[in-house]
Amino acid sequence: MPQNTNTLTAEIEADDSPADYYRKFFNEMREPDGGVRPAYAALAELLDNLSIDSLVTKQNAADELFRRLGITFAVYAEGGSTERLIPFDLIPRILDRSEWELVERGCLQRVKAINVFLYDIYHDQEILKAGLIPPEFVLLNSAFRPEMHGVDLPNDVYAHVAGIDLIRTGPRDFFVLEDNVRTPSGVSYVLENREIMMRLFPEAFAGQSISPVGNYPERLLENLRAVAPGGADDPEVVLLTPGRYNSAYFEHVFLAEQMGVELVEGGDLFVRDGYVWMRTTEGPVKVDVIYRRIDDQFMDPLAFLPDSMLGVPGLLSVVRSGRVALANALGTGVADDKAMYVYVPRMIEFYLGEHAILNNVHTYMLREPKQRQHVLNNLENLVVKEVQGSGGYGMLIGPASTAAEREAYKARVLRDPDNFIAQPTLSLSTAPTLRDGKIAPRHVDLRPFVLSGKETSVIPGGLTRVALREKSLVVNSSQGGGTKDTWVLER
Amino acid sequence: MLSRTAENLFWMARNMERAENTARMLDVSFRMSLLPSSLDKEAQFEPILSIAPGDGRFDELYGTLSHENIIRYVALDQENAGSICSLIKNARENARAQRSAISSEAWESLNSTWLQVQNLDYEGLMRWGYRDFFDWVKERSHLFRGVVFGTMLHDDGFRFIRLGTFIERADNTARILDVKYHVLLPDTEQIGGYVDYYQWGALLRSVGAFRAYRRVYHDTVYPWRIAELLILREDMPRSLHHCYQVVVTTLDDLAGKKPLECRRIAGQTYAQLRYGRIDRVFVEGLHEFLTAFVTRNNDLGLQLEEDFLMTPLAMAEAV
Repeated sequence: MPQNTNTLTAEIEADDSPADYYRKFFNEMREPDGGVRPAYAALAELLDNLSIDSLVTKQNAADELFRRLGITFAVYAEGGSTERLIPFDLIPRILDRSEWELVERGCLQRVKAINVFLYDIYHDQEILKAGLIPPEFVLLNSAFRPEMHGVDLPNDVYAHVAGIDLIRTGPRDFFVLEDNVRTPSGVSYVLENREIMMRLFPEAFAGQSISPVGNYPERLLENLRAVAPGGADDPEVVLLTPGRYNSAYFEHVFLAEQMGVELVEGGDLFVRDGYVWMRTTEGPVKVDVIYRRIDDQFMDPLAFLPDSMLGVPGLLSVVRSGRVALANALGTGVADDKAMYVYVPRMIEFYLGEHAILNNVHTYMLREPKQRQHVLNNLENLVVKEVQGSGGYGMLIGPASTAAEREAYKARVLRDPDNFIAQPTLSLSTAPTLRDGKIAPRHVDLRPFVLSGKETSVIPGGLTRVALREKSLVVNSSQGGGTKDTWVLER
Repeated sequence: MLSRTAENLFWMARNMERAENTARMLDVSFRMSLLPSSLDKEAQFEPILSIAPGDGRFDELYGTLSHENIIRYVALDQENAGSICSLIKNARENARAQRSAISSEAWESLNSTWLQVQNLDYEGLMRWGYRDFFDWVKERSHLFRGVVFGTMLHDDGFRFIRLGTFIERADNTARILDVKYHVLLPDTEQIGGYVDYYQWGALLRSVGAFRAYRRVYHDTVYPWRIAELLILREDMPRSLHHCYQVVVTTLDDLAGKKPLECRRIAGQTYAQLRYGRIDRVFVEGLHEFLTAFVTRNNDLGLQLEEDFLMTPLAMAEAV
């Protein structure tokens, strides 16, 4: 796989001043000479006419709104979890039409390929027969569900909702960092951020056409209804949540309300006579589609983790007989771990006969002795991650690490090298962000959300996450990240 | 609606109502303990524990019956599931599980009630003044009911809240009456005879019925009239009759034409209260009547859970 030098970090010196440091990355708003990039022209004018004080006032108003609406997420730490507000930055991230079209086409292509791939490995496994992916990567993957083999799903859709994490390094250079096709979250922030921005900056929305995002819940519902088992003319859709201690519970409540479907927990559902039912005060109601926000292994204690209290005993048998649809389907996780990620460009070529529109980040597989040696010799320049990890936990960011941390991490890698990959530290683009009463650049990424059902579509924009700490590259909300509204300009 | 939602709403209301009634009962017991009485002070606290036994661990945890121990255990102890603070906490937890099913005003009311007691200790309560604390609990309960009534859609969720409130209230009124009969008039031949004006006055005050009594009877306080007022009087908001009138009409609204078992149980009890006469109750034995009522009221609660699928147990039969 060709190494893409674009992703390698510019030469960073530890004692760079913040200005010197951030100058080395692509700036979403400004050209290197300080000129404003076209997408940001209207915003720049707006910001010029606003004093920093009034921006801070608006920021406080936004924070207050979030608090009042109770938009929180839970942070896991030793000794329990606490509810926190996810920080919101009111300076939007803006993409113009042509930039967005590139991202959109790339995401659609990727999710289409992943859906065909999932169909394939749970049917004839052509891609394995063609020798493009080592079979053990798929068949021995802990997220592979042999139970799903030979099961036909409506429209052959497995990943009904996908979130593709992208980073940007140049005007037309977008890289996929990871695919999330299990139970991706974050879309509620996209919708709430937009609500709040329209309240705070009505003039910006009046002055230019910004693609709306508010119909996401409707489109999601439409897609969920489209995959109902045959014969249901008015399918009953429910959203299955692990409950109010889950970090994304707010989002579950939000989406259920917006779609007008019941928000259920495992105990609300039961299996009888080959169907799934929901307990209501009117009696049992048959359920056709479950939009589940619970991981595979918790879904059915009879089939997976026996002590799971979150799932529905017997669910798997109903899924296999096609009498209830799960979104996302069981077993999608095999497509999105960090080891399988490497093969997505091959999937695109194999199934769609196209070149990948969006680049992958060069990835070292630590199971390969040569690559492992290279990585271990260059830890201070690389980012090392667990194959199955998420949320930014358990990773080593070389340039920000101490020698002792690297040694400790090295020992972990050597214990189970198969479980690790490494990537160059990435030159995440920066976007202007309000920090401590000043506008300063901060690193951002982008997670567009892709819906598949009858057809595949992307909501314009997506979730922009921003690393609020100075010089930090970690955008995860659990580790000091915040969010921004993402604007796609219609022309 | 989801059965789990109904269950949470039902228990939210029951817990808040029980917190109020526990405060009322503590209030009246402390008032009574200030009056001259043939009983020693300790014995006067005993009924509190038989009405609000909590988790039944008072003897184990505190041993001696004293003013302070009773307050610590019945009002404050969050280890005791039946303490006022635990009941408020439970009400709030049930509400938290269903924030989208109740109005934000109802949530905020319960939440701020909880925030004010979550760290309350004995010293803090005494600084507050225990009588003021009891009044405050009653007020918060009134506020909660009022907010629910005034801000929520009067739909099925609202109806389960009403059911919780009135089933719990009927239980508490019956228990308070029953306990006072035990303690004050242990000999059956004396029932309906002896009057201890202050003790009965305190009982009436505990259910907020002292002035109502005066208005209705224009007479001195007699136990059989108190019984009539609190059992059979339709317009007395804490009477068993009134509670069951609300329960029966609410069930009619909820169940439409469905012949649910809970409606039969509720209707049977209601008929007894509506068409009963107090002298018949005394002939049957007031204590026996009240005990039987508490049992049937409890059965109604269980039957509701079954008829509306609130317990997973009921699923097997439902399909």
